[in-house]
Amino acid sequence: MAAKPVPLVTADTRTFWDACAEGALTFQRCAACGHVQFPPRPFCTACRAAGPGTERSAGLGTIHSFTIVHRAPTAAFKADTPYVLALVDFDEGFRLMVNLRGGPPSDARIGLRVRVLFEPLAGGGALPQVRPLVE
Amino acid sequence: MALHAEAASAALADAGLRADEVDGVLCAYSLAEPHLMLSSVFNEYFGIAPSYSAAVQAGGATACALVMQAAALVRAGICRNVLAVCADNRLTGLGRSGAVAALAEVGHPQFERPYGMSIPAAYALVARRCMFERGVTAEHLAAISVTQRGHARRHPKAQARDPLTMEQALSARMIADPLRLYDCCLVSDGGAALVISAADAAADHTDRAVSILGYGQMNTHEHAFAMPSLTDFGCRQSAAQAFAMAGLTPADIDVAEIYDSFTITLLAELESIGFFPKGEAGPAILDGALELDGVLPCNTHGGLLSYGHSGAAGGMFHIVEAVRQLRGEAEARQVAGAETAFVHGDGGILSAHCSLILGRA
Ligand SMILES: [Zn+2]
Repeated sequence: MAAKPVPLVTADTRTFWDACAEGALTFQRCAACGHVQFPPRPFCTACRAAGPGTERSAGLGTIHSFTIVHRAPTAAFKADTPYVLALVDFDEGFRLMVNLRGGPPSDARIGLRVRVLFEPLAGGGALPQVRPLVE
Repeated sequence: MALHAEAASAALADAGLRADEVDGVLCAYSLAEPHLMLSSVFNEYFGIAPSYSAAVQAGGATACALVMQAAALVRAGICRNVLAVCADNRLTGLGRSGAVAALAEVGHPQFERPYGMSIPAAYALVARRCMFERGVTAEHLAAISVTQRGHARRHPKAQARDPLTMEQALSARMIADPLRLYDCCLVSDGGAALVISAADAAADHTDRAVSILGYGQMNTHEHAFAMPSLTDFGCRQSAAQAFAMAGLTPADIDVAEIYDSFTITLLAELESIGFFPKGEAGPAILDGALELDGVLPCNTHGGLLSYGHSGAAGGMFHIVEAVRQLRGEAEARQVAGAETAFVHGDGGILSAHCSLILGRA
């Protein structure tokens, strides 16, 4: 069976993935204008200033939308179905696509508060995912 | 390439043009037969040497973008007769699973593909949010696929012509919740081509030309996680440009052919473009708004959901159908007195938008 695609790390994103391997979720904030952006790149998309700073997220967010995938895109994901694919807005103001872990897919709902977790990747590194936040 | 050539030959015959009178060629892309320079590959295969040629890749917006670019080339005096041609043999060349897998490659290589995103899943994210914010229901979406199947049943060349009921649509297997099987477009082989000519050049060859009254584009993002909104899309701006150029409003449109990669694609675009106020498209569709005698006859050939979807040609099928409607050649599915048509294509995850307004010449 084909392996799942692993993130193809680039020069722009190496810092982000290195942090994930250490259990930290990071994002960029522009020192010139305060704009928060993701994914990382060497300039601010709002004011074009160079070198936005990297900050560590508290890892808490809210589900903006989700779907329960029944028909996998490739054979590599077939055993996982049905699985939740969600867009999560992290509290610092950036959005990630992730899978919701730690419960049945029927737990997913818009507005659900979630916390980041990191799943080890074959070949090293870690993939950020989320689970429901239990206060 | 044989599909490209067949479509091109048919378009030239329809336009009354010889191949050597074509001075511009615009092609799209092909998943089954990929090439870095697809338009050059086509020109060589078809045996022509146009002075202007380029390939365009804007996903589902490509066909409309080809027409917009062709119109601009003609207006600028660079070309007299531009052949725009799209084709792909996705069904036999890739197979259904191959096409799904190939299309999933459009997901971001770091931030989407590792999570098992598929194109239906990305549109399901839109559907879920539209349900949350706009009160869209599964019945609203099912009514779209049922309406369009009804249209396709009147088109002898449509791929899916079996009867489809609301019950069948609502109980079909789930693909990416809340999107079920009939919420998703077909995988097809097919091709389509158009000739876009200067008005006087067209008049020399045919009396069946239609006019391009307006066009516009908007491009807001590419990937699903970068969508600025999950309920409002760039078709708002692309359509506004086209309406302004044409001097028309949505109320003036007699027939609409709007990209329907999924049922939610069409519903979201109908509201973003302004054919219906926010939250009102779904109930209107349940009431028959998109039927041939409804307030906005839409996707009268059956659309990507029932007529067929073969890549960029899928978007061109919408334009071809608009031309047929304006010429009064749509036979059993003719909208009575159709004089203006709105056509829209969107590519990516509602990322790239191009709108056209066509009129009876
Ligand atoms: Zn900035």
